[in-house]
Amino acid sequence: MSTRAFLAFLAVCAVIGLLGFGLLNKGEAKVAVGDPAPDKVLPVLGGPGQGSIADYRGRWVLVNLWASWCVPCREEAPELDRFARRYRNRGATVLGINVQDNSDDALAFLRENDVRYPQLRSIGDERSAAFGATGVPENFLVDPEGKLALIWRGPVDEKFLREQVAPLVKGNR
Amino acid sequence: MNLRGALFPPCGKKPPRVAIAAALILLALAPAAAATPQTSINDVEDEVMCPICGTLLELAESPQAERERVLVKRLIAEGKSKGEVKDALVAQYGPEVLALPEGKGFDLSAYLVPALGFLVAAVALALGVRRWRRAGSDPPNRNGAAATGPNDEDAERLEADLARYDL
Repeated sequence: MSTRAFLAFLAVCAVIGLLGFGLLNKGEAKVAVGDPAPDKVLPVLGGPGQGSIADYRGRWVLVNLWASWCVPCREEAPELDRFARRYRNRGATVLGINVQDNSDDALAFLRENDVRYPQLRSIGDERSAAFGATGVPENFLVDPEGKLALIWRGPVDEKFLREQVAPLVKGNR
Repeated sequence: MNLRGALFPPCGKKPPRVAIAAALILLALAPAAAATPQTSINDVEDEVMCPICGTLLELAESPQAERERVLVKRLIAEGKSKGEVKDALVAQYGPEVLALPEGKGFDLSAYLVPALGFLVAAVALALGVRRWRRAGSDPPNRNGAAATGPNDEDAERLEADLARYDL
């Protein structure tokens, strides 16, 4: 192979490698039941300090990805708040992670819907990508060991919480 | 107090100290105000994305884009410059909110790769033109004729043809 052909081959490889790296970097993660829950230390929404799913190790955590502009999020928020209050002393909590949003709108949403469960904030869409989420809301039940026990890519309602989430939480107390 | 009266009192009256102090403060603040360029929603909208919609904010009409627009307007109303508005948007939505990638890390390749491509194309073009020009002016061959001209045999045949047709 001549030097010129070798250089051309190297250039083509470099371009393909660059494109591949870019695609892999933008790719969304895929998570499945039984996998460790994607976790990261995030700022607390509207307050000082940071938090993560690992802070609740030993408890069931229903992670709720939401945004203030999302209508189904508004509809499920009261149900999630009721569930959080009901199971607060029974080994489970709801942890909201605000995504694709700005914090002023997110805080206004919490005030308007009287949401009290703990909230973290993802800058941009980074946490959605980590959970392989394609929209909001999406819900993930994390077991006391930090593994995903249930994945629900959509809004939850009272029936879902009672029939799908509660049995898991009650069964492992 | 009448401001005009305070700043420009009738002849013979000295301006009060308060008015002088106020005028001095205004003069001192004027350069600072000029140093912070005001921006507008139109000026920002074409440089930032609606990250959820995946389009420029100026083209997006979704509820998410509307919320982002409200935030930009509020920041502008607070007197933030374009750079400060963009910094605030990055803090809220992440670097994806910028229409043009930042010039660092992997994003730097967005600027380097086209520049590199242009450079490679320019060098290839220059080399091609040089080779083409050289081919057009090759030195004469062993027989003394230009490489592109007829050789002796062809020249003799040409002469014979010309003579035959009496040209």
